[in-house]
Amino acid sequence: MREVAVIGIGKTAFGAFADRDLRSLAVEAGLACLADANVSPSKIEAFYLGNFAGPSFVGQNHLAPYIAGAMGVEHVPCTRFEAACASSGSAFFHAVSSVAAGMYDLVLVGGVEKMTSQTTPKVTEILAGAGDMMGEGRAGATFPALFAMIARRHMYQYGTTREQLAAVAVKNHANGAKNPQAHMRKVITMEQALNGKPIADPLTVYDCSLVSDGAAAVLICPLEQASEFTSKPVRVRGIAQTSDHVALDEKDDITTFRAVKEAAQKAYKMAGVSAGDIQFAELHDCFTIAEIVATEDLGFVEKGLGGPYVLEGKTCLRGERPINTSGGLKSKGHPVGATGVAQICDVAMQIRGDAGERQVARHELGLAQNLGGSGATAVVTILGAA
Amino acid sequence: MKGVIYTETVVFAPPEQFAADAPYQLAIVTLENGKRLTARISGDRVSIGDAVELAETRNGISFFKKA
Repeated sequence: MREVAVIGIGKTAFGAFADRDLRSLAVEAGLACLADANVSPSKIEAFYLGNFAGPSFVGQNHLAPYIAGAMGVEHVPCTRFEAACASSGSAFFHAVSSVAAGMYDLVLVGGVEKMTSQTTPKVTEILAGAGDMMGEGRAGATFPALFAMIARRHMYQYGTTREQLAAVAVKNHANGAKNPQAHMRKVITMEQALNGKPIADPLTVYDCSLVSDGAAAVLICPLEQASEFTSKPVRVRGIAQTSDHVALDEKDDITTFRAVKEAAQKAYKMAGVSAGDIQFAELHDCFTIAEIVATEDLGFVEKGLGGPYVLEGKTCLRGERPINTSGGLKSKGHPVGATGVAQICDVAMQIRGDAGERQVARHELGLAQNLGGSGATAVVTILGAA
Repeated sequence: MKGVIYTETVVFAPPEQFAADAPYQLAIVTLENGKRLTARISGDRVSIGDAVELAETRNGISFFKKA
């Protein structure tokens, strides 16, 4: 198996863009990525696209060749991956697998979602389709409701508090306010976060990530060829995708994401590192509780201690292990199909040392964790300096 | 059908088709056979650990109430 490197990254700003369509966002990110690596679209051997619900949000199917053609990537395999909010994490995992296997040398991976042309109740309904529509969905479970039930149980079993949940939002907004491409560049206070409009008890609007438009792309090649394209290649040290039941009520213990734990163990093993070696991370904070659970499942802290970990400031920009220096899904935004690849871009940017005022001090080894649904798909990627 | 509340929430921002119901309490109930079911709660608000029983089934949705 060949080692793989990320040699180009590109992202659009995330936000609510009434004048932008899905394809123009994806093309902008893809071409920015190719320009970053100084590679012509005609050199791309395959295009892997993550997109959750383009057909539902904007009525467009057959998205991968639709976008590739507009970028000048032609006559190669172009495929869309759907794994709820882990759609582009999954596309990245499969792209890395194909390059590692020797199938292709230059593969472009994109992620895109255009969500804001629908009303909030319609968006809520479309997102609910990432759950079990014959069970929890029929009963009226929204995604905020599923994560609210996870939060409620985590509070019951481990004493996690509203203040600890809110600390995730306050931290991620503080980081996102420094990110020129973030959707909501606004600092929020603990008091605001605690007194937000209720969405699904105990979660308020400040516990929920944003409904956004946006796209991201990365270019990968075999590590041994990376120096032909860039002086700052980023090495894929470890990567794994795993799965679990789609319905929350089919999981034995909802305070943990089994798929994340298993993906993390596989990725650590592949990289030859342990949780303690990870210097910084981009985690899937679709809801504040999800970041707390992820820090536990990844082994950054013991089970049940994710709440105190964030409240004590250990994961803030200047803390011992910065988490979501991009602002996370909470402040950077969450165009669901773009999120997995955007996380790879953000970790790679830190490893290159290009994160500006958000640059972390130790940036040789970072992790990205992308979650689909209420934990039915998990992708964990470990990136390092080459 | 009887069970115990495993976890619960109150939904204030419903999907389009349940707009008229909000706010409504949703719960995962651990049934006597050990299986879990996502259901609605009717009547008094329930908390984790509360004993509940099936009140009715409407449009394929199970409604539980405090036992």
